[in-house]
Amino acid sequence: MLIPCPHCGNRDVSEFTYVGDAKAKRPSSATTDTSRAQDTWDEFIYYRDNPLGPHKELWQHVGGCRQFVELVRNTRTHEITGSKGRGPHLEGNHS
Amino acid sequence: MSGFRLKQGGLIDRSKRVSFRFDGKAKNGFSGDTLASALLANGETLFGRSFKYHRPRGVMTAGSEEPNALVTIDRNNVLEPNTRATMAEIYDGMDARSQNRWPNLKFDILSANQLAGPLFQAGFYYKTFMGPTQKAWKLYEHFIRRAAGLGKASIKHDTDTYEKTNIFSDVLVVGGGVAGLTVALHAATKSARVLLVDENAMLGGYHRGDPREEDTIAALSQKVADHPNIIVLQRTTCFGMYDNNTYGLVERVSAHLPDKDEFAPFERCYILRTKHAIFAAGALERPLVFPGNDKPGVMLMDSIRAYALRYGVSTGKNIALFTSHDGAYAQLSALQDMGLPIKTVVDTRTEISDLASAQVAATGLQLITGHAVTAVRGHNSINQIAVSPFDPFTGSAGRESQMIDCDCLGISGGWTPSIHLTSQMGGPPKWDEMLNTMLPGDSNGDWTACGSMSGHMNRDDVIASAEVAAESVMRKLSFSKSRKALRKPERQNTLNTAPVWKVKTERGKAFVDFQHDVTEADIELAYREGFLSVEHLKRYTTLGMATDQGKLSNINGLALMAQARGLPIPEVGTTRFRPPYTPVSFGALVGDARGTHWRPVRRTPMHAWHEAAGAEMMDAGPWKRPRVYRNGSETLEQAYVREARQTRRTVGIVDVSTLGKIAVQGPDASEFLNRIYSNAFAKLPVGKARYGLMLREDGIVYDDGTTWRLGETDYLMTTTTAHASGVMEHLETYLALHWPELKVHVTSVTDQWAAIAVAGPKARELLSPIVPDTDFENEAFPFMAIRHGKTKQGIPIMLCRLSFSGELAYEIFTPSRYGLALWENLQEAGKPLELVTYGMEALGTLRIEKGHVVGAELNGRTTAEMVGLGGMVSSKKSFVGSEMIEREAFQDLHRHQMVGVISRNGESIRNGSHLVRGANPKEPGISLGHVTSCAYSPALEKYIALALLEKGNQLMGQNLYATFPLKGHHVPVEIVETCFFDKNGERMYG
Repeated sequence: MLIPCPHCGNRDVSEFTYVGDAKAKRPSSATTDTSRAQDTWDEFIYYRDNPLGPHKELWQHVGGCRQFVELVRNTRTHEITGSKGRGPHLEGNHS
Repeated sequence: MSGFRLKQGGLIDRSKRVSFRFDGKAKNGFSGDTLASALLANGETLFGRSFKYHRPRGVMTAGSEEPNALVTIDRNNVLEPNTRATMAEIYDGMDARSQNRWPNLKFDILSANQLAGPLFQAGFYYKTFMGPTQKAWKLYEHFIRRAAGLGKASIKHDTDTYEKTNIFSDVLVVGGGVAGLTVALHAATKSARVLLVDENAMLGGYHRGDPREEDTIAALSQKVADHPNIIVLQRTTCFGMYDNNTYGLVERVSAHLPDKDEFAPFERCYILRTKHAIFAAGALERPLVFPGNDKPGVMLMDSIRAYALRYGVSTGKNIALFTSHDGAYAQLSALQDMGLPIKTVVDTRTEISDLASAQVAATGLQLITGHAVTAVRGHNSINQIAVSPFDPFTGSAGRESQMIDCDCLGISGGWTPSIHLTSQMGGPPKWDEMLNTMLPGDSNGDWTACGSMSGHMNRDDVIASAEVAAESVMRKLSFSKSRKALRKPERQNTLNTAPVWKVKTERGKAFVDFQHDVTEADIELAYREGFLSVEHLKRYTTLGMATDQGKLSNINGLALMAQARGLPIPEVGTTRFRPPYTPVSFGALVGDARGTHWRPVRRTPMHAWHEAAGAEMMDAGPWKRPRVYRNGSETLEQAYVREARQTRRTVGIVDVSTLGKIAVQGPDASEFLNRIYSNAFAKLPVGKARYGLMLREDGIVYDDGTTWRLGETDYLMTTTTAHASGVMEHLETYLALHWPELKVHVTSVTDQWAAIAVAGPKARELLSPIVPDTDFENEAFPFMAIRHGKTKQGIPIMLCRLSFSGELAYEIFTPSRYGLALWENLQEAGKPLELVTYGMEALGTLRIEKGHVVGAELNGRTTAEMVGLGGMVSSKKSFVGSEMIEREAFQDLHRHQMVGVISRNGESIRNGSHLVRGANPKEPGISLGHVTSCAYSPALEKYIALALLEKGNQLMGQNLYATFPLKGHHVPVEIVETCFFDKNGERMYG
């Protein structure tokens, strides 16, 4: 499988580490005392969809630029239909 | 004895005689022979014994699809089992042996298995050894395992070398026959980079050796070989199709050479990335299913032609053919002209084409239409066949029969395209009514099939389909701008194949899968017992599961199941072929990544010193670390106990360069560490270090280590050796994905720093003179303080007063290039102080005496509370893992707690022992916990251990037993606190 790294181009999957489901968003720590907050933490830590088909997921190019890539990968065919870089320098958080 | 060398013909070099051995007997052949052709020319018919029934088997084919003629090649004691005799090229001194026979090939005791035929039918194991008779399996397993099998692998080290490499192309062409050569040439002239692979020793495919095609093939091959855009890999099998147009290729580089080039690998594995693949892999002939169709001397019809044309070998003195299509007839006169004694043709069909009739008339041989072969006489070779009238509607043969003399029988039920590779990644194969077989399924757009692989069986159609395929791929890849309409040639039905799936008769074994000894009766049995789906059929009978993956058996097997179920064949479906197309050696897949090349070895800057000092090294992940430095004939225990004892008495040094080191820098570094560690980090002053505990998001302890604040925005984090890269990824993940607002940069600096721990009451005495500008007095250089300085010799260093041994101790960091020099300076300066160098075992002993945790305790299941580090979990801040530590399961009173364990009778405590209450080893009671680390403690003069124990904190002072039933250990122990020694830390803080 080839993964399109936005920084290095198409690279072999062996250079990457799978990070996880890109939809899993870490809850903000501010809202932790209600039971609903606990549910969102459980959701983030444990619950994952297991779709047959397109799956939004994160990979890290550990054997290359070490940057994070968000892919849309078809779990049935391994076809990658989308990719973008993830990280602070791409998300406009730095002035 | 039936085969012989023809006076002329073949691609062999008759001027070069080659001598080899088969089962110890000297044989001769010519350069260009395969083992199979040479043995056939020597009159051999018997090549091996079958898998289950030990039936005598000969050679069935002339190619890589061979199911029977598997041999073991012995190259200077390196054994290559299950080598296809049809693919193995002979060389001077080749030593080949038959397999699965005892005491010898001609007389094999276990051939009695076939008398017990019904016993070994499908489902034999399940029926015989499940349920109440399961115990019998234990009794018979040895004998059954020995009875069933192919070649034996050598247990010796493989002395051959292998290579693994990457290769790239625009177009991969699989198959070097007329179609493949045409495709390659067309693509190359359009400037595409072409890689052509062919598994044989010579190009030409089906037409290889045919004098009528010689000129065409030679001209095409020459053009292909000369073209700068084409790389040709011969003796190379494309064995697998993978994602993103990746293909696996394996080249037999040296297997055919008597004296292999010292620097050439035995095999070379290529990982190919291409833009498109064109399969011109041809078609395989299909056997007919009738009793005795596996006997030596029965072979695929086209292989008789192949042996004559390619090797100048006649496979018999009196050859008969048995077929159900017109393919056989076209070659008859040419073969007779070569001197091939073909006397009889038996055809199941009552009518054959006019063309075929004319061929028969021209050759004057005996043609028996509307008949089938119903029996084969002879044991290790054949001498007669029985022929009976055949009813094409019921598939039954009549009772009356005539006997026909022959010593070789060529069989052919039709042709099947080599759909294996396309089936690996493509859609399911499609049933074709014209050829009564499967054609490649739908392409994903990145591969194309042409030639006989796409069902074009006529030579001119083959070439036309190849040209069309090549041009359409060139257009797809923009190498060709032409818009001229392309028309794939219509497929001509030149074979008129009659669907004959088996010849129904009263008795005798009719084989479908030759390599796994699956008969048509096994398929019927599977049907009767309800294994209807092809997937079940395959697994129940093992049809198609041998090393040839059912290349010859697949279609017949499907058709027979369809017949049994009364369904059209396409409705029965087919199983998917898997890589590899033919077996690939582990050596080729591994390449040179074995032994010390298996993974990189990491050595600390002081490695050379450790080796020179005779350290016994051990692996810590990729690192090499000194385990102990033995004195003379010391045992391991004597050595580490001496090292640990002397460290507590004088001073010891240990190489800790393998610790993970990460520079954490940036304006938000403090905030970042405060979120990463479970204990407070926000207020760590510059110039101080702190021990930090890192949890996972689920609240389980992940890693620990000290982090040094070198400057306002500059930290140096240390991690355990094992988690160095994991922690790095952990930090990067949080910075990139969860807290992008934090301005922090992390850099791995593990390799940049050498690190030495100095511990013991004389540590201060050792260091003071070496680092003259630093005041080592207790108040001036307090616990956890960091100092920067230079040694007397001018080596820049960074020191921190911290201790995992419970002694007065310092860790000294220096840039890696100074590591060895600093180490040697310390050794020199330490001599008058009786300095000792200690290794991993003593390091472990010292930390166990102090109750410090390492990976054995932080095993991915323990919380901070369980390992006695509950105090390091802040309740005042939110950090990674903080949301989960309150969860119910973590509050369970029965959870393990870390405790200390002391042996009460002087016996050692084995790591992994379970803690139980029962004094009697035979009645130990339930496990209350287990030992995680153990050592002999020189400080206590006792064997001690750390353990995880249920309700451990409530069991202090109690007596339990550490039991290890597998080794008969049952040691009375006392449960104590985790810190065994100097509980108030007077030595460390003093």
